[in-house]
Amino acid sequence: MNLATYFMEATYLIASILFVLALKGMSHPETARRGMFLAEGGMFAAIVGTLVGQHIVTWVWIIAGLTLGSIIGAWMAIWVPMTAMPQRTALSHAFGALAAALVGVGEFLVHANEMSVVTRGALGFEVMLGALTTTGSLIAAGKLQGVIYGKPVQFRGQSALNLCIFLAMMGCFAYFWIHPESASIFYSMLGIAFVFGVMLVIPIGSADMPVVMSLLNSYAGLAAAATGFVLGNNVLIIAGTLDGFSGFILSVLMCKAMNRSITNVLFGGFGAVVAEATSNAGGVMREISLDDAAMQLAFASRVVFVPGYGLATAQAQHAVRELAELLEGRGVTVKYAIHPVAGRMPGHMNVLLAEANVPYSSLYEMEQINPEFPSTDVAVVIGANDVVNPDARDNPKSLIAGMPILEVDRAKSVIVLKRGQGRGFSGLENPLFFKACTSMLYGDAKSSLSHLAQAVQHV
Amino acid sequence: MNPAVLIASVYVFALAAFLGYQVISRVPPLLHTPLMSATNAISGISLIGSLVLAGAKGYPLFAHILGFVAVTTATINVVGGFGITDRMLKMFGNRKQATKVGAK
Repeated sequence: MNLATYFMEATYLIASILFVLALKGMSHPETARRGMFLAEGGMFAAIVGTLVGQHIVTWVWIIAGLTLGSIIGAWMAIWVPMTAMPQRTALSHAFGALAAALVGVGEFLVHANEMSVVTRGALGFEVMLGALTTTGSLIAAGKLQGVIYGKPVQFRGQSALNLCIFLAMMGCFAYFWIHPESASIFYSMLGIAFVFGVMLVIPIGSADMPVVMSLLNSYAGLAAAATGFVLGNNVLIIAGTLDGFSGFILSVLMCKAMNRSITNVLFGGFGAVVAEATSNAGGVMREISLDDAAMQLAFASRVVFVPGYGLATAQAQHAVRELAELLEGRGVTVKYAIHPVAGRMPGHMNVLLAEANVPYSSLYEMEQINPEFPSTDVAVVIGANDVVNPDARDNPKSLIAGMPILEVDRAKSVIVLKRGQGRGFSGLENPLFFKACTSMLYGDAKSSLSHLAQAVQHV
Repeated sequence: MNPAVLIASVYVFALAAFLGYQVISRVPPLLHTPLMSATNAISGISLIGSLVLAGAKGYPLFAHILGFVAVTTATINVVGGFGITDRMLKMFGNRKQATKVGAK
């Protein structure tokens, strides 16, 4: 080993430590930003170390790639609106996974015949995980952006077909493991993995996206970790494993929040809600006028806002904050109740409300806020549906039975802001809408909220 | 890969997994979206593998081209990921001041 190699390894060690410290900083909003600066420093050091320590001879591709990537990356960082955060995250899972897969293909091109059994195994995992995450994430991003139809694509024999594809992929992997010289098998494995990624995500409905996002995050990280095994590079193993585990932990949390088992998710069985509607909901939905709703809010002493994906689609985060400030000005206590799977990715609602300058001290998690609903005067549900569906608690036959919910129906009165009378994304009837304490305010959430704010001012 | 290196790598993997579990379970749900984009940016470290592919000695042209694409996508993740995480965290950080101003 010469001096340059020692320098490179030292930068890798520093980068690994800084990455861990950065994630540790994430445990509190006050320290999170400083933590990310550490991670940026670590990344920079590792890049410089690589350029010094590896025997780089061709600079043109490196400079072109770094420049192009920086331009696109900076453009995304500056211009992507907060409401488009789920799509952007899905897209970045695809990019990360694609990089891992391509590095794997490159290694195969150059070193296929000198690889040990273990390295070949890692290479297989790297390429398969990378490829299926790439296409899977692209489909997820397309669904979130609305480019691809968001409803689940399901057909007879789908799981059997998926199983066949999976077995074919593993078959190619096993063959490649034993006979590394066969390029056609290797590329078949790559191609099948691309197809498998598509098949894995198309049966999943938009409402299940938080789980899928976390899972794809995990796969992308594990692909990077496998790259580390192939290249014998520890910083790649560490960073990839951290990413993989973070995604895994989030998946488990999201599963818990939807009362689904992790195996149910891993085998793509989720979103398969085709059974008959079992809800016994019925009756009349009571509509409320803007003025009456404003009156209720203005004379309440405790109000809880419950945002859902509808808040994001209507971009109503600023409108809700304005209404909340007016109410607080009148002495009303305002809180926000955030369900773990509200929105399309973990933490989606928190980011939107943060963008609108809602102080994070007034955002409450499900466990904290549920005991407070009985003493709440008005709960305002903004574009949320399944996460407040009392059927999950009361009706054991319901498709979402056992899913923990925000118990808004225990509040003294509930106002539901909804676009129309239709059902939610999951297609389930929601008995909350028919309860005596509930009244419906139809219309676009953003305009409803700003009209409410005007009406509150005139009370 | 010789057995000693493999064993060392497995140690690193297992310890990183354990450490990751300990550190990440402490992240509040409030910051789950920034966490996801931050870990994404960090796993953009596969950039260093891509750099080797794009420019190191002894690789054929096709490998360099694959490397170029990999460098581009990994850089998008690093630059875009850190950039957007910072943008989000700035929103969370400004909170206290914002409310204080609002209270006045």
